[in-house]
Amino acid sequence: MSLFQFWRTHTNEFFTLLGQHVLLVCASTLVAIAVGVPVGVLAARRPRIGAPIVWLANVVQTIPSLAMFGFLLPLPFIGGLGARVAIFVLILYALLPIVRTTTAGLRSIDRVLIEAGTAMGMTPGQLMRRVELPLALPSIVAGIRVAAVIGVGTATIAAAVGAGGLGEYIFRGLSMVDSTVILAGAIPSALLALTIDGALTLVERGLKDFRGAHRRRLRAAAALMILLVAATAGVLAVSARRSNGVIRIGSKNFTEQIILGEIVAQTIESRTGLRVERRLNLGGTFICDRAVRSGDIDAYVEYTGTAQTAIFHQPVDTDSRRVFEAVKARYAAGGLTLLDPLGFENTFAMLIRGDDASRLGVRNLSQAAAFAPSWRAGFGYEFLERQDGYPGLARTYGLHFARPPTAMDLSLIYRALAERQVDLIAGDATSGLIDAYGFTMLEDDRHYFPPYDAAVVARSSVLLARPEVKNALAGLSGHISVADMRRMNRAVDADHRDAADVAREFLRRDR
Amino acid sequence: MLRGFSLEIAAGDTLALVGRSGAGKSTILKLINRLLVPDSGEVIVESRPTPAWDRFELRRRAGYVMQEVGLFPHLTIGENIATVPRLLGWDDARVDRRVTELLELVGLDPKDYAGRRPDQLSGGQRQRVGVARALAADPPILLMDEPFGALDPVTRAEIHREFRRIQEHVRKTVVLVTHDMAEAFALATHVGVLADGVLAVVGEPASVARSNDARVRPLLEPLIEATAVLGPRP
Repeated sequence: MSLFQFWRTHTNEFFTLLGQHVLLVCASTLVAIAVGVPVGVLAARRPRIGAPIVWLANVVQTIPSLAMFGFLLPLPFIGGLGARVAIFVLILYALLPIVRTTTAGLRSIDRVLIEAGTAMGMTPGQLMRRVELPLALPSIVAGIRVAAVIGVGTATIAAAVGAGGLGEYIFRGLSMVDSTVILAGAIPSALLALTIDGALTLVERGLKDFRGAHRRRLRAAAALMILLVAATAGVLAVSARRSNGVIRIGSKNFTEQIILGEIVAQTIESRTGLRVERRLNLGGTFICDRAVRSGDIDAYVEYTGTAQTAIFHQPVDTDSRRVFEAVKARYAAGGLTLLDPLGFENTFAMLIRGDDASRLGVRNLSQAAAFAPSWRAGFGYEFLERQDGYPGLARTYGLHFARPPTAMDLSLIYRALAERQVDLIAGDATSGLIDAYGFTMLEDDRHYFPPYDAAVVARSSVLLARPEVKNALAGLSGHISVADMRRMNRAVDADHRDAADVAREFLRRDR
Repeated sequence: MLRGFSLEIAAGDTLALVGRSGAGKSTILKLINRLLVPDSGEVIVESRPTPAWDRFELRRRAGYVMQEVGLFPHLTIGENIATVPRLLGWDDARVDRRVTELLELVGLDPKDYAGRRPDQLSGGQRQRVGVARALAADPPILLMDEPFGALDPVTRAEIHREFRRIQEHVRKTVVLVTHDMAEAFALATHVGVLADGVLAVVGEPASVARSNDARVRPLLEPLIEATAVLGPRP
């Protein structure tokens, strides 16, 4: 599908996302101005208080944005999914440039002018308003420009915590391995950055003429600014209030999860008539787990083995019934209910290219260990760290690769194997790309991997309050086979079909 | 800095303080408008010691002109002149009238200059605006810290004439700091000579010119040399 075709078929969604993106950047930049300028003034006036603040802002700037979302997610009030946490993170990133340039602007003012103002009988406040701030203004606006441009970039990451924005397309495109969708988000976000940069450059230039303008006009500008900040705060306060009677469904950030999220969401919609809010494409197991525990989402689909090892940090167990019961009990203790499995298992699939498999006659992992020393491996971040991941696998099979395995985003890993950048990857057993690329899945002949039965995790309180939701979801148990899942994954990943449509088709046929 | 120091300035007088760099001339100005407070002793302005004044009120009653002029680059000439009247809360019409009046007083056409920026003016013009700004709220006192030091001699002579003319009109109590004895003689009713924080001589220009004090003579030398070259006036 061409880029323009994509935009044409997604016009409404595109403008919603663009609007969200602009709102995220504007809201955060305005608050950062309201906080950053006074802090900058303080830092210039009282270096002893100011220096640690600037130092702190510096430290904040070095924290990768995704990590920052991870830190803040569990916190009360600012944490949670959606725009609130995203705006908070964006504010933190916008602060440094604004504080810095405010301080620098004030410090660079000619001492003579300060002396002149003081000698004429200006109070410190008058000196600040009439002399220092106007003279530092061009520098401050330059800082705002930098902050806003950084904000446009960082806001794309906000999609990982369900805040929307153009990052939606980027993450969706990454998980669908579809560069058109990535570009559909990346190009407008780059253009947005350029536009904001250009507009603020004009403001900066205009200020040179505006500087002497009448005080009334300056006062009007200040009032407008305060109004905007207040309006933004209002919008945030409203959006922060949780609406009742809405069921929120989450998902992790890969194709299968998005399809499953749609299946769960559509099932609730059609069987209960309740409104469902989708918070799909969240950035990984950790974020989904936090979200369902904090009530930011009411349900999502988890895999038993993942819950056992990655969430509850329990030793690997290979008996699927035992794992299910153990995990269900642990969830129950945390106020969550694990429903009966959906019917398929999505284990890790150790994949090699089909031609390698037939040429070398490799069918299982024990055989592969002999060839591994001449291979390069690519694994997702989770797989490299998880208890049921790479370290144990390497021990079990005595795997040694030519180089330490490369850490890659899940969405890029299949393509990397197909393009011979790596020779062995850890993918999903249900991935539609396995067939599409003609990969061979190596058999886990020593039964290293625990069972990964997919099952809905939901907040017990929601299921109690709305038994119809529980009934609707129970109807899904045992209804999705591995073949179904692979077919649906393939429809989205290889045929570039819409996950919601694929889910709808499946439900229609299932019924 | 300043030691054993006693000095009285009568209302309406122009006192020039002359001395080399670092003699403590500017310190005296800063004591008068309470940018500094003496460690010991008292500075009395209009029969009130400076610590008893509200310092902002005191400064608004003492116009200040400095060598670097210090015009605010983000404001027009008119707005620069209007600074203190604005601080005092004058209404727009009164401020506008005053700005026009002052620009005329310092010989700059208000229609042409009020809307200009400081960087569009020559050094001499900026200095005149500096004087106009100091006079804006009609303060009884005018403090001038080497106000004409950065100007070329011809412009300076011109502005000296201008200053005398203005002073005829406004009759301020002026304290002028300079290192140039010629400037002091040209402008002041009284001249004080400062050396190492001590007031060496104070009196009318004629008596200072005749002084044999070793701390005063070096300051007179350039004048005497110039007179020798020019010869006695006819």
